[in-house]
Amino acid sequence: MGSRCTSCGALHLPPRALCPACYGGEMEWQEMSGQGKLVAFTAVYIAPTAMIEAGYGRDNPYCAGIVELEEGPAISAQILGVDPTKPEEIEIGMPLRVAFVRRGAGDEQHTFLAFEAG
Amino acid sequence: MTTRKLGRGVAIVGAGMSKFGAFPGKATRDLFVEAFQEMRASVDKGLDPKAIEALYVGNYSSDLFEGQGHTAPIMADWVGLAPLPATRIEDACASSGVALRQGIIAIASGLYDVILVGGIEKMTDLPTERVTDTLATAGDAIYEIPAGFTFPGFYAAMATAYMAQYGATPETFMQVGLKNHDNGALNDKAQFGARIADIMASKKARAAQKGRPVPEWADEMAFLHDDRANPIISWPMRLFDCSPISDGAAALLLVGEDLARSFTDDPLYVIGSGQASDVAIHDRLELTTLRAARLAGQQAYEMAGVSPADVKVAEVHDCFTIAEIIATEDLGFFPAGAGWEAAEEGQTARNGSRPINTSGGLKSKGHPVGASGAGQVIEIWKQLRGVASARQVPGADLGLTHNVGGTGQTCVVHIFERR
Repeated sequence: MGSRCTSCGALHLPPRALCPACYGGEMEWQEMSGQGKLVAFTAVYIAPTAMIEAGYGRDNPYCAGIVELEEGPAISAQILGVDPTKPEEIEIGMPLRVAFVRRGAGDEQHTFLAFEAG
Repeated sequence: MTTRKLGRGVAIVGAGMSKFGAFPGKATRDLFVEAFQEMRASVDKGLDPKAIEALYVGNYSSDLFEGQGHTAPIMADWVGLAPLPATRIEDACASSGVALRQGIIAIASGLYDVILVGGIEKMTDLPTERVTDTLATAGDAIYEIPAGFTFPGFYAAMATAYMAQYGATPETFMQVGLKNHDNGALNDKAQFGARIADIMASKKARAAQKGRPVPEWADEMAFLHDDRANPIISWPMRLFDCSPISDGAAALLLVGEDLARSFTDDPLYVIGSGQASDVAIHDRLELTTLRAARLAGQQAYEMAGVSPADVKVAEVHDCFTIAEIIATEDLGFFPAGAGWEAAEEGQTARNGSRPINTSGGLKSKGHPVGASGAGQVIEIWKQLRGVASARQVPGADLGLTHNVGGTGQTCVVHIFERR
């Protein structure tokens, strides 16, 4: 979900309470289509603690990227459905659609934003 | 944009740093004392520490690195400045570049005549994954880090966008690392202080000494392509594309321009200062440039009344090799998209048309994050005074520092002149 400023129409993702474009404070929710394209990425081999706990690391790298949605705004997310061990084959501009991943266990399990190729 | 000028001129009349590296058993205060002592010795006509009126110290995260918050009064105490005002500045890796700017503003305001600016960081007490976590807090902890981004990851993503847009390759980035190691080999304060060829030779010697098979590489580029010798950290950034985890401190003595000659006959005048901020990386319109760096550079050039062509020597924030290429474009040394070819052609080498990071840069000299911005000024101090030994750029009389916090959410640029 994003927020649209009712004063100037600017669309924000993640949603915001204050519009940085016109300082308007009235927002309405906007559901995003979930369709986008890859604008930048990396295959992470040296992972942070949270991703190590999720099973990633030197022997199991993952892809993180920036995805521009068809509505305009862009967002950071894990990229699924690509091979992080062959980063040369991952193409900037490739179409992606929203997916969600669950990481952690028990009470510590949370849902994270991701995008998937294909 | 109105051109902003300082209300009172400011000069640097003393500069010193600890060695950068890994120093188990030393705390930041020990390193800061070393930097302070060297700074004091560098003041040509001597410094009575009682002349200092306040301390501004840059420090990113002693809280997480050392379990020590509230570091400014501790630093002031350990160099004998208590009970003077002592203020910590935190802007991630730009902390001491911004501390310098705050010191300049404090003197320009007329409130103080003599200011000590410091930078400190002690990173090597933590294991690598916790250093990675700590550095990641300079990103957006709610919207960027859960995506799996690390700091090498952010810059690696900029590198993939840059490669796709302009045609650079991972080999381009390796050339930047080679050049900065060449420079750092001539700097006795550098963490590595060795060319890539020297590092290859020492790895071979170590293998032979331990009775292991001795690795063979045809040349430096073969070494840099070797996944074992130069592992991928976050593709396309490999180990030798990344600045190291470092400990270190730096100290600068700032005075009102009108007082400079009572400290030295050879002051460094601060003629330009600029600073800007920016949004999270995914909210940027362009990923191949840092808007904050362009804006900070424009402010500094306008204040100084100089152009990029006037800069003889520059220390730019090469936390990763891609960052140096982008910096040389953002500062106007090369057009957008042309920095990578300039780097490959050797234009940024010590003897090139545009020497960049003669100190070895963060890559080779080391990157104790809160100390790096002040550390950059020390190289400009040496170059402009003509005391940079084997790495001296002949005729250097105007220099620039470019210090970036995080992914470019903060950038601060300063321009210095010898008259």
